[in-house]
Amino acid sequence: MVSHADGGHEHVHAAPTGWIRKYIFSLDHKVIGIQYFLLALVSVFLGMTLSVFMRIHLVWPNIHLPFIAGGVMTPEQYLALLTMHGSIMVFMVLTTAPQSGFGNYFLPIQIGAADMAFPVLNMLSFWTTFVSLVVMASAFFVEEGAPISGWTAYTPLSALGKIAGPGQGGGQTLWVIGLAIFCAASLMGALNFIATLIDLRAPGLSLMRMPLTCWAWFVTAILGLLAFGVLLAACALLLLDRVAGTSFFIPGGLVITDQVISNHSGGSPLLWQHLFWFFGHPEVYIAILPGMGVASHVLSTFARKPVFGYRAMVYAMCGIGFLGFCVWGHHMFISGMSPYSAFAFSIMTMTIGVPSAIKTFNWLGTLWGGKIQFTTAMMFALGFVSLFVTGGLSGLFLAQPSVDLPLHDTYFVVAHFHLIMGVAAIFGIFSATYFWFPKMFGKFMNETVGKLHFWLTFAGVYCIFMPMHFLGIAGHMRRYSDLTGVPFLGGTTHSGLWNVQYFISVAAFITIGGQLIFLVNFIAGLWGGKKAGMNPWNATTLEWTIPSPPPHDNFAGQIPTVYRGAYEFSVPGEAEDFILQSALPSEVERAHH
Amino acid sequence: MQKRKSSSAGSTTVAAALAVFLLAFTGITVYLFITKPWWFPKPITDVGVLIDSQFHRTLIITGVVFVLAQLGLAWVIFKYRDHGQKALYFEGNNAFEVAWTLATIVLFVGLGLYAESAWATVHFEPAQAGDLQIEVTGQQFTWNFRYAGPDGKFGMLKPAMVSASTGNPLGLDRNDPEAKDDIVTPILGVPVNREVELLIRSQDVTHSFFVRELRIKQDAVPGMIIHMHFTATETGEYDLACAELCGLGHYKMSSKLKVMTDAEFAEWLKVQVANQ
Repeated sequence: MVSHADGGHEHVHAAPTGWIRKYIFSLDHKVIGIQYFLLALVSVFLGMTLSVFMRIHLVWPNIHLPFIAGGVMTPEQYLALLTMHGSIMVFMVLTTAPQSGFGNYFLPIQIGAADMAFPVLNMLSFWTTFVSLVVMASAFFVEEGAPISGWTAYTPLSALGKIAGPGQGGGQTLWVIGLAIFCAASLMGALNFIATLIDLRAPGLSLMRMPLTCWAWFVTAILGLLAFGVLLAACALLLLDRVAGTSFFIPGGLVITDQVISNHSGGSPLLWQHLFWFFGHPEVYIAILPGMGVASHVLSTFARKPVFGYRAMVYAMCGIGFLGFCVWGHHMFISGMSPYSAFAFSIMTMTIGVPSAIKTFNWLGTLWGGKIQFTTAMMFALGFVSLFVTGGLSGLFLAQPSVDLPLHDTYFVVAHFHLIMGVAAIFGIFSATYFWFPKMFGKFMNETVGKLHFWLTFAGVYCIFMPMHFLGIAGHMRRYSDLTGVPFLGGTTHSGLWNVQYFISVAAFITIGGQLIFLVNFIAGLWGGKKAGMNPWNATTLEWTIPSPPPHDNFAGQIPTVYRGAYEFSVPGEAEDFILQSALPSEVERAHH
Repeated sequence: MQKRKSSSAGSTTVAAALAVFLLAFTGITVYLFITKPWWFPKPITDVGVLIDSQFHRTLIITGVVFVLAQLGLAWVIFKYRDHGQKALYFEGNNAFEVAWTLATIVLFVGLGLYAESAWATVHFEPAQAGDLQIEVTGQQFTWNFRYAGPDGKFGMLKPAMVSASTGNPLGLDRNDPEAKDDIVTPILGVPVNREVELLIRSQDVTHSFFVRELRIKQDAVPGMIIHMHFTATETGEYDLACAELCGLGHYKMSSKLKVMTDAEFAEWLKVQVANQ
């Protein structure tokens, strides 16, 4: 075992030679972090493309579309897009980029290590994730296409096979296998993060001196370790029901399209929901916690002020992580689960709003009295706070079972989780990208273009998702392929709620189109961005003490010693308005005036 | 200390734009929640009134927090933009932390506890004896409703006898004496002001029974019979929709709830009997 006392020298592996070892099967956490980021980038554009087709079909179900066999999208094709949109976005974007992307790249550096604890496991975790994406995406290409049961794959719809509907044959099986592979990859990553954080911190870097980004990656990794095993088990059981004739999730006596299902009995559809959501709720905190860490970090850096209530922020993240395992039943109030347990889950869910509120107050407290610089990274962090408030508050409605009765499975839920995951978490990723791009690549992304991207996106996402609350209140069910099947939706007459959907679709087309600005800026920055120095933002944490981009072994053999916390900004009496974590006390003393 | 020009670092323009955006967005949102251009339809149950009032309570509380937070954010963004000042150096304030933690606990948990009475009305109170029992069956992609008929007993259903194409979607065994007088209908007819107890079930995958005006939703889970009771207080016809993804026809798996006077209901039932 390596302790940080020996400076982690055993983790210095010789710089690789050859293109394959350097860029494909690299053991370097920085390369792996970028690989995860690129996987997420490809996935997010794929996921957005799927949603463009969804938004078109919702509003114009009979329109002729390119790329669709037969010209007009069928309801099952819509549902396949919906299923894959959710699966790709939740798993391949929100569970990769914030944690395995930026976490992989910056955790070792921010704690003063030369690499992760297990570099080979790290490389394997990326390539396993890659394989899981390929397997899942291949569901599009089998006969009958991708599954139609949603990213939540409720049973028995997802367990019965082809007979339950198109896409429920090979497509669903590939989805389950792909997801199981993803679980394995996530477990590998979680192990690595935890071992690294516990074992490889540089001398002087106590837990309470860690940047909040590291705390976020730490809590997220623990959540991942505990939750993904349950999903893996659930996938295994579902796969067995599908191919081995078991009945974990399938009760007896079913008749589907006049055919009796005689080879399954005794199972419980609710069991799947319990297993899935026991994973699924921690999963959404896995998606948001790294973004919270980044927000705290970026807000402090560009307000030139310490994080307000650092200790409370740490406890809040730990509280959110722990309580996240106690609330899964709030997805199941209407499911047929015991209504008495609904009461318990509800109180726990309202409680989890408390640490979230604390974090929000502390973000505002960090800004209060600051000296705010509006870099693009900062603007996305500010946007994150606004979006997190909006998205979080709608959760309070859904957390109460009685109020959930009319709102469950409507667009109110869609609004809630998109604002939190599909926007706030994404803003965390954007903020991190603009912030750390100069360190990773030695060049800047264009700040002006970045700000244009920010404004278009910030306005756009509110235009898309704020109206959805009203759709939900009016009773608009979710996962409906179009609005023509129930009179009050107004789809046949293009009236009422259809008008709102039309507005949302137009807003979505514009906002999604605007993301190309980000893509162009990213690529242009890689090729010809303005050169970046070691610490262009005058930040305090260890990544800003090494070259941009960093050398292979990060600290060139010289593991730093840390002398203070991560947010020493605007310390009174100092010449500069920031003090690096590793600045020698004697030098700080000398600079004092 | 020399006052810095508005560089892009702390640009007044950017700060103002952000603050104005947040103000505008907050204003538009509050306006929409007050004017309610798209909203719940009027409830037709007493529990619906309870649920609406809890929704309203939650809306007020979250609305106040929403406005304060977004406006607070707008204010700090504008007031503390970099215009040459030095940032304050403080790491927190324990008194504030304790205060707002306690306030949030009381507010959120209090709100949650308050919500329980409406839930209890729906789920903890049993249906009264003598109510009208109606079995609700969801299947891909239609709803069927069964009334027990004059004998007050539901007859046997046999999976092997299910045949939608020959008019027996539930698999009713008409040879069973208790099933002889059962009435199966495609729409849900109920008498007004009389307690109705739904026995919700599914034949294939999970569906969900939802009528907006009742404010009631309940998943129809295969392998389970879930009871749900309500008393409709206004006559009329209301959309009944499926609220759990059940396959390609999920979007059109709709039916109607028809609330009728006692006389109308009796008449309607007679017509349904004739159609068996």
